[in-house]
Amino acid sequence: MKMVKNAVGRMVPTEINGEKVVPFMGIGKHRPTGRKHAPTISTAIDYPADGDKRVPSLKEALIRSGLKDGMVISTHHHLRNGDLVANQIFDIAAELGVKDLVWLPSASFPCHKEIIKHLESGVVHHIEGSMNGPLGRFSSEGKMKGTGILRSHGGRYQAIQDGEIQIDIAVLAAPTADPFGNGHGLEGPSACGGLGYALADYQYAEKVIVVTDNLIKFPAIPMQIVGNYVDFVVEMDKIGIPELIVSGTTQITKSPDRLLIAELTAKFCDAAGLIKDGFSFQMGAGGTSLSIGLFFHEMLKARGIRARFAVGGSTQYSTKMLEDGCLDYMLDAQTFDLEAVRSMRENRQNHPDISIFHCYDYHGKGNFTTMMDVMILGATEVDVNFNGNVVTHSDGYLLHGIGGWQNCLFAKCTILPLPLFRNRIPIICDEVTTLVGPGELVDVIVTERGIAINPKRQDLIDKVKDAGLPLKTIEELKAEAERICGIPEKPEFTDKVVAAIKWVDGTIIDVVREVKRK
Amino acid sequence: MKIAYAGQHEKADRSDCMMTLSLKKSGGPDITINSKVKLLFEKAIRKTITDVLNAFSIEHAEVTIDDNGAPDYVITARLEACIKQLIDTELSFLPEQLEQNTIGTSKDRMRRSRLYLPGNTPKLALNAGLHGGDAIILDLEDSVAPNRKDEARILVRNSLRAVDFYGGERMVRINQGERGLKDLDAVIPQHANLILLPKCETTEQLLEVDKRILDLRAEHNIKHEVWIMPIIESALGVINAFDIAGASKNVVALAIGLEDYTADIGVPRTGEGKESFFARSMLVNAAKANGIQAIDSVFSDISDMEALRENVLASKALGFDGMGCIHPRQIKVIHDAFAPTEQEIEKARKIVDAFKEAEKKGLGVVAVGSKMIDPPVVKRAVRVMELAGEKI
Repeated sequence: MKMVKNAVGRMVPTEINGEKVVPFMGIGKHRPTGRKHAPTISTAIDYPADGDKRVPSLKEALIRSGLKDGMVISTHHHLRNGDLVANQIFDIAAELGVKDLVWLPSASFPCHKEIIKHLESGVVHHIEGSMNGPLGRFSSEGKMKGTGILRSHGGRYQAIQDGEIQIDIAVLAAPTADPFGNGHGLEGPSACGGLGYALADYQYAEKVIVVTDNLIKFPAIPMQIVGNYVDFVVEMDKIGIPELIVSGTTQITKSPDRLLIAELTAKFCDAAGLIKDGFSFQMGAGGTSLSIGLFFHEMLKARGIRARFAVGGSTQYSTKMLEDGCLDYMLDAQTFDLEAVRSMRENRQNHPDISIFHCYDYHGKGNFTTMMDVMILGATEVDVNFNGNVVTHSDGYLLHGIGGWQNCLFAKCTILPLPLFRNRIPIICDEVTTLVGPGELVDVIVTERGIAINPKRQDLIDKVKDAGLPLKTIEELKAEAERICGIPEKPEFTDKVVAAIKWVDGTIIDVVREVKRK
Repeated sequence: MKIAYAGQHEKADRSDCMMTLSLKKSGGPDITINSKVKLLFEKAIRKTITDVLNAFSIEHAEVTIDDNGAPDYVITARLEACIKQLIDTELSFLPEQLEQNTIGTSKDRMRRSRLYLPGNTPKLALNAGLHGGDAIILDLEDSVAPNRKDEARILVRNSLRAVDFYGGERMVRINQGERGLKDLDAVIPQHANLILLPKCETTEQLLEVDKRILDLRAEHNIKHEVWIMPIIESALGVINAFDIAGASKNVVALAIGLEDYTADIGVPRTGEGKESFFARSMLVNAAKANGIQAIDSVFSDISDMEALRENVLASKALGFDGMGCIHPRQIKVIHDAFAPTEQEIEKARKIVDAFKEAEKKGLGVVAVGSKMIDPPVVKRAVRVMELAGEKI
């Protein structure tokens, strides 16, 4: 395999799974040419005039979609760890003797560990998407036949739209659907809120199968999945396990140390003048992020000001902000708890579902992230140059997907609230194990032991320097962690590339290698 | 063959390890490392264990560590605890001492909040100082199981050297009686700032501890003072509080422990606290009559911050200067509630300004408006300004 050094100094291949790839050239340096991908033209002649596209089983739908060796099968992850559909696809493929499939999920969860047996038997050749938990471990040990490809959520949309990967069959779970193929996630036993990750799949796939356990009469409104793109509709007893799809309630952290980090983050944002009337923000559904949101909410309420919009995962906390009048719009690509699902159902006007195309696609005519004032993100590691890693742990194992992380780095102020060490493992290192995001886009690291601002953001440093915050250099934070934890050894790798990390523009920013097991 | 063990290895026991040791006649050291962080710290852990074995001249042993990310000072404490179960030795294996852990504290520093840390639970100690409490207490008494007292003592000793408490006064609650004196032997040479003496009922108990501290300070050349805070937890203690408070110049505060006190007088502890009103007032008066601080009991419902705030305000109204915390999130509530009100600050500023003005002019009498101000009033005003974090 030919390897070249890319713009962030990482050695990356020029070819993956037999396809030519472009090494990362720097932020905003790669300019795509040509036209977007398009599926074959279809005609209404071939579809039932009564609009009833139902077929009796997923197996029949897959056969009628022409399932065969080497195809690319896509799924979305809105059913999260409660997904009962994805595993079935590959069980059916195995039963039919189909080999070398590529699975293109928008994310994988521990429930998808069942796919391992299909990777072992050769039914699935490799995964392009995220390899979380057990699947990540499997790939990291070099056991996957092909090379995995990890993309950000926006990068997945970009790759599908650009034809970098062409979906043969999209199998889209819809908590509610009609016989024509319109679908949404607002109602039904497996309700999950929005279906914002499914857009690229149904727009660009050659064949689209909608799977539901709540079939209603035409029309299913809102049309989060548009039936005009759909080939087959399959009714099933159960597409998901409700309690594993959405949390009953997402919860703020109870850990005093995490709360301290959240409080420091909120104080930093305030000192930097980011919390002002009409500002915008995005944060995840983890306990620390939710606590930061709660601090924001308190500040807005106390000052009688409002945030204009928030993007992202909605939760009971963002719902409360919305319904309290502290937030004008919740633009929601993924709905995390039952309260938020209710909100999306009831607050159609100011809590709309949006897609990944809207918020993240780098090959669109702009996207939402660059407009956002405050972006709260996580990381498994950050290095002294503020480069970030979200996919591997310091021991070298691939354990997480990129999520929207890379896309979100383009916001006006990106803040990473992180504990300085986790279980004796310092978070700040000399060089991240896997470089997923370049340091020039990471602005602030907030830890329980101090805040490090990227020296490139002198404007932020000037704003907060007299605010009484515990400002430190990133080197000082690193030294403090190492005093407490000691200096960790480096994991050892073989030469084998088990997965490639794509940047938001489709170029290769880094690779993950096989971990040498001791 | 006797097998020694120390430490904990449940999933929740982050930053700790379970160490198992048995001595052999031959074969050298046989070290098995099971660790969550093995890929990154195996060599470091092996070196640490080897260093400790060498320090105790142990050549042949079987050591197993089941580790959950324990820092070095915990690993060495656990192994030393195992060794001391098997051989009689006066040796110690001390971790490197942080510079900031060698300095003393002043007698009348603020002691509004003091965070209790179970002495045998390292995961709580590492970040304890970050929460801004005036003090942390490494507890060797009630929070440590009776069969874990020896290993906890070694761990607390190491914590006093190696953990940065970020400016919090470093207190240790020792055990009662003979065991407490042994605790002192371990912690006084490590520059503990203050010793909490539990269930103190008589001046004799206090003086015994005071003397041992003095002897240890002389022996280990500890220059700074080591303060004592007796905890009054019985009817007899309450009655003797005045004498206890005055028994040594090293007593800087009296604390009250209401769980034991209410049990002693045979009543349930209530939220309202009527049953302990006498004891609390007695304690405040015994302390103030001796010019020292009065510290209230802990508030044990960590989920109810509003009730805590009310509790602190009631304490403050009785004359207490601080109270114990069992959760870091209580600290801010306590500090806020002990903080003077705007009016109090305003009044104090006037008094302090008048005092400075009088001093400048060489006047012996201080007056605000037409009102004469006595020295204790000035002192209290200074205290208010300090509590409010105002410049004087």
